[in-house]
Amino acid sequence: MPSAVRFENVSRRFGDVRAVDDVSLDIASGEFFAMLGPSGSGKTTCLRLIAGFEQPDDGHIYIFDEAVEGVPPYKRAVNTVFQDYALFPHMTVGENVAYGLMIKGVGKAEREQKALAALEMVKLGGYGARRTSQLSGGQRQRVALARALVNDPKVLLLDEPLGALDLKLREQMQEELKSLQKALGITFVFVTHDQGEALSMADRVAIFNEGKIVQVGAPEEVYERPNSPFVADFVNSSNVLTPQFASGHGGTSKWTSLRPEKIMAFAAGAPVPDGHAHADAEIETISYQGAVTRLGAAIGDMHLIAQVPAAATRFAVGDAVRLTWPKTAMVAMEGGP
Amino acid sequence: MSSDAKAVGSKKAGSPLGLRIAAITGLLFLHLPLALIILYAFTTEERSFQFPPPGYTTKWFGVAWYERPDIWPPLYLSLKVAAIATLMALVLGTLAAAALSRAKFFGRETISLLFILPIALPGIITGISLRSAFDIMGLDFSVWTIILGHATFCIVVVYNNAIARFRRLSGNLIEASMDLGADGFQTFRYVILPQIGSALLAGGMLAFALSFDEVIVTTFTAGQQSTLPIWMLSELIRPRQRPVTNVVAVFVIFVTLIPILAAYYLTREGEHTGGASK
Repeated sequence: MPSAVRFENVSRRFGDVRAVDDVSLDIASGEFFAMLGPSGSGKTTCLRLIAGFEQPDDGHIYIFDEAVEGVPPYKRAVNTVFQDYALFPHMTVGENVAYGLMIKGVGKAEREQKALAALEMVKLGGYGARRTSQLSGGQRQRVALARALVNDPKVLLLDEPLGALDLKLREQMQEELKSLQKALGITFVFVTHDQGEALSMADRVAIFNEGKIVQVGAPEEVYERPNSPFVADFVNSSNVLTPQFASGHGGTSKWTSLRPEKIMAFAAGAPVPDGHAHADAEIETISYQGAVTRLGAAIGDMHLIAQVPAAATRFAVGDAVRLTWPKTAMVAMEGGP
Repeated sequence: MSSDAKAVGSKKAGSPLGLRIAAITGLLFLHLPLALIILYAFTTEERSFQFPPPGYTTKWFGVAWYERPDIWPPLYLSLKVAAIATLMALVLGTLAAAALSRAKFFGRETISLLFILPIALPGIITGISLRSAFDIMGLDFSVWTIILGHATFCIVVVYNNAIARFRRLSGNLIEASMDLGADGFQTFRYVILPQIGSALLAGGMLAFALSFDEVIVTTFTAGQQSTLPIWMLSELIRPRQRPVTNVVAVFVIFVTLIPILAAYYLTREGEHTGGASK
């Protein structure tokens, strides 16, 4: 598959801060690619480097194998959905969507027809004549999407586009974005700090920390096999076991990730199944979350979170429990925290 | 529903009597002199301003139009100076506002203050300093020195209007425009200008009005030329045909009223859409 966006040892500094630090990455054509990381991790700067709002200090960026250093944003075949949507307040919804076509010199009749088609694609067919101030947050988001897609970009960049929406709307938009991407076959590069969003939507996820990419892989991969304590903790808050604890409880003497849902809780002294490791712990916290309950348990200095089915919970804070988990669920990682 | 609306309406209309009297007094204080100027354009007494005028006539309009060719050069000069100074102010003031609203650098606040200073300084200070500056540079006093003098405070007015609007203009809009294929000029034409247009118009109108009736800086920077306000001042000292000055003033009132009303309605609409889009 041809590469849509390629970074070769790209760095971008702001003063003394290395916002993007020697990043190499390869996004395939037609891929739904998520850049995930805490704020200040460099993911948005990477997006702006692709859009052309920033230029790299070192390294090279290729869009469909064309070097784009020095190419201004208006000459790149990429379009952006901005975090605050950045709709033009002095234009109607239709004029907003048709803006890119007007700049390209597309005739009035054709661009109106294309803008209408783009608005229908995002389910805002009858909204062309409205002012952007009359729209809700979710509708503005769709207008921003239509305004970008109407230009037939080779790569669509989305900068935390769902951040301002409420939970229900966000889940609905996740579905829609994903099916839209499948239908159009355009490469989507999506920046988010919400790991659930990244895992549920993307074909591949790159996890950023302090200007570097720490791990790239399919959602299952970064979830099941985190390569560092940072990834284990950032992606759905895994238990990070110290080398000492891990080696004493069925693992190796490396930093080890153990997902809370892999841990089972039994009464003290219960038999340990084959192939399982165990630890005797005292319950510190119980957090009821509907379908599941999260138990916080202490084994000496080590604190573990166990996520167990709600129906199976009959513990109280202070109870002694026996925690067990399959040895195969212990994922050894490189490096330390 | 309708009775509710009525109640709210009558509550609004029923402001305290004292306040209403104060408002009316204020309005009279502001506008009675204007009415007097118009009144004395029609008086039959040409040497002094008696009240009430002994009689009414329209002959001064004819006199001003046919017998007083000395009115036209000052009027023309004032219009020319105001137009060129406003144009310079629009270009320079907008550029300065654009730069200072977007860039962040050491000393930005100081520079911002230096831009506003000319309007805060007394006119005589501006006048004296410009006069000595022109002297040192060896510039002859001419129409252009008047224009430069006026431009100093016209820029401030445009700058103040423009920077307020620029600060409200999200930087993302400019990026969005460039992202959608527009270069710098197209972005200015289709995104920035429509957003700041009404502010520029209002600033330009105000600058024009300030320049049109400026006396102090003009006195210091003019050579032999006299602008309309200076001509009027010298006319008031002369004993004959006084109402002609009033005729000219009436003309000026009506000519300036139109653009000021236009500017008022334009910016009002601008504020409205600007506020609604927030």
